[in-house]
Amino acid sequence: MDLSRLKFATATLPAGVPARRCSVDGSGLLTSCRVAWEQGARLVALWGSDDRDRDRGFTLAVVVRDADGLVMFEHTLPAADSTYPDLSAVFPAAGRMQRATFDLLGIAADSDDQRPWVWQASWPIDCYPLRRDFEALAKWQPGQEEYAFVRVEGDGVHEIPVGPVHAGIIEPGHFRFQVVGEKVLRLEERLSFVHKGIEKRFEGMSAATGHRLAGRVSGDSTVAYAWAYSQALEAIAETAPSPRASWLRALALERERIANHLGDLGYLGNDGGFAFGLSQFSRLKEQVLRTNLALFGHRLGMDYVVPGGVTRDLPAGGRVSIADECSMLEREIRVLRDIYDEHDGLQDRFRLCGIVSPELAAKLGLTGLAGRASGQAHDVRRDFPAPPYDTLGVNVASVSAGDVAARVAVRFDEIAESLRLVRAIVDGLPDGDLVVDVREPKAFRKGLGYVEGWRGPVLVALECGPDGAVRRCHPHDPSVANWPVLEHAVIGNIVPDFPLINKSFNLSYSGQDL
Amino acid sequence: MLHILRQIARTGIRTEDPPAPAHDMVVATRLHEAIARTLGRALTIRHVDAGSCNGCELEIHALANPYYNIEGLGIKFVASPRHADLLLVTGPVSKHMAIALKRTYEATPDPKLVVAVGECGCSGGIFGESYASLGAVRNVIPVDVEIPGCPPAPTALLQGILAAISAAKPGIG
Repeated sequence: MDLSRLKFATATLPAGVPARRCSVDGSGLLTSCRVAWEQGARLVALWGSDDRDRDRGFTLAVVVRDADGLVMFEHTLPAADSTYPDLSAVFPAAGRMQRATFDLLGIAADSDDQRPWVWQASWPIDCYPLRRDFEALAKWQPGQEEYAFVRVEGDGVHEIPVGPVHAGIIEPGHFRFQVVGEKVLRLEERLSFVHKGIEKRFEGMSAATGHRLAGRVSGDSTVAYAWAYSQALEAIAETAPSPRASWLRALALERERIANHLGDLGYLGNDGGFAFGLSQFSRLKEQVLRTNLALFGHRLGMDYVVPGGVTRDLPAGGRVSIADECSMLEREIRVLRDIYDEHDGLQDRFRLCGIVSPELAAKLGLTGLAGRASGQAHDVRRDFPAPPYDTLGVNVASVSAGDVAARVAVRFDEIAESLRLVRAIVDGLPDGDLVVDVREPKAFRKGLGYVEGWRGPVLVALECGPDGAVRRCHPHDPSVANWPVLEHAVIGNIVPDFPLINKSFNLSYSGQDL
Repeated sequence: MLHILRQIARTGIRTEDPPAPAHDMVVATRLHEAIARTLGRALTIRHVDAGSCNGCELEIHALANPYYNIEGLGIKFVASPRHADLLLVTGPVSKHMAIALKRTYEATPDPKLVVAVGECGCSGGIFGESYASLGAVRNVIPVDVEIPGCPPAPTALLQGILAAISAAKPGIG
């Protein structure tokens, strides 16, 4: 991205991918975002930090991504006048991030939508948890807010409220449908029910142990988060893991992708009325998880990736058993994919259902797996390859139909590619230490970790304080950008197709609510 | 159709024997005999995510796969608390879910059981208690059985659920 005409100085930012930082003022922030958008950049994340203890007011950080890497715009707001320009006209996904930043830090975008997003009346409205003078241990009773949903008026329009407790084994959130007959005119999401104060929890924690909390931002992406956190800390501390550790991390990440995609393919079959698919794919997923237990000491790979490396080596005989498992999965999945493709009833549910066109996906910033099903062919593993992806290469799965069938197809293609990568990793595993000592991070240094999890790119922004403690950590899930797009995907579909469309995105509530 | 049947036949039956109930997970025995008498061998479960990271949910899902085949044991997940005998609750209980969790508990007919799942459901786990989290499930509703683990493996989940519905053994609780 060429920012030279903006005349703001840029500097290199420690990160796991190419990254720069750039200090801007309020109007400069808006101009920078516009220029970035015109040059094809997309919003990755937006958050704020309290730097009043260092006489620097509040800091708003906006990270965008283009073909060259990440750029973090930093805008310092005086403590007395803490508003900044609304960025949602440029990047629609910024809207909820701005509202969340206000609820947590008390700095506001000058936007029309000032409804709370994270806040739900469980702490006083004029107390901001991410301010350093906030009483983190104060006990407030849970409250209940009246949220101003947008209503559709007209003859025959009625409202269906759903949640936060849903009918299946899923996370909580509230969906407000405005429907005519069976047709959805509008869906509005109300999330943040599982907000459990993760960002505040990071504050003051030893940076060397933060990967455990990062690995629990969204349990289904634990490897991606632990890796992104470790990447950020290692960048700040100028420590590089050994080649062997990087390759083993990728092994865990690809197996996480395979396991989640298998689970989703089963549930997508089930939601399409084809229970056979669920029992078949959940059987395969269980086999992958059992092998994970032998490889990583944990079925989901939790706490396997640590700053400096990984916790254990490939067990004896691991190479052969993994290769055998890859062959078995390839064989089974080929049979099951044919069955899915040839099943008229299932294809009738999948095709032309929940469409997000490539144009809309680009405008709204749809990212990750769902983005690749709508023609947004981005993948961190290929675009900014860190070891081992620089050696192995990645064939990015991408289709443009943007319907449920497309999101199913991308999952099938990505499993095949991950199986290829898993084989290549165990065949070419280089030597090296499992874990190296991470140097003490310098105080007030910032760094980014950016890893392509199974759902999409996971960002972890880390700032260390004195004594090796975390000063500020913002983990950012791809779900934040994709939840608002789900509202668009549902329009014009019938209510009974919502579970299927929702499952085809399979977004994280915990990762968005923090 | 033929290739579906062929795949079913080729897959065969993968279901494994269920584990023995883990009576050490029982933290309260207030209703056991009444429940065992009322329910017999059939049990319906309503799952409530009261703030989890979704790791526990993945393992609860796994209970339905052919290896654990929880429905084969007469245990079924249902869509409404009004149809449920047992609430399977993951935590920590976020403040934003506290009211919904209490209402779900009240909507569940008596006699009822509550099983708290995971490190967070048992103690608040890594998230603890804070401005946004109330910690353990027992801080919000009465709990009969606690299943530790981050997340607990499906076998541990089965052990805890089976302990909840087997009649109290002498010397427990």
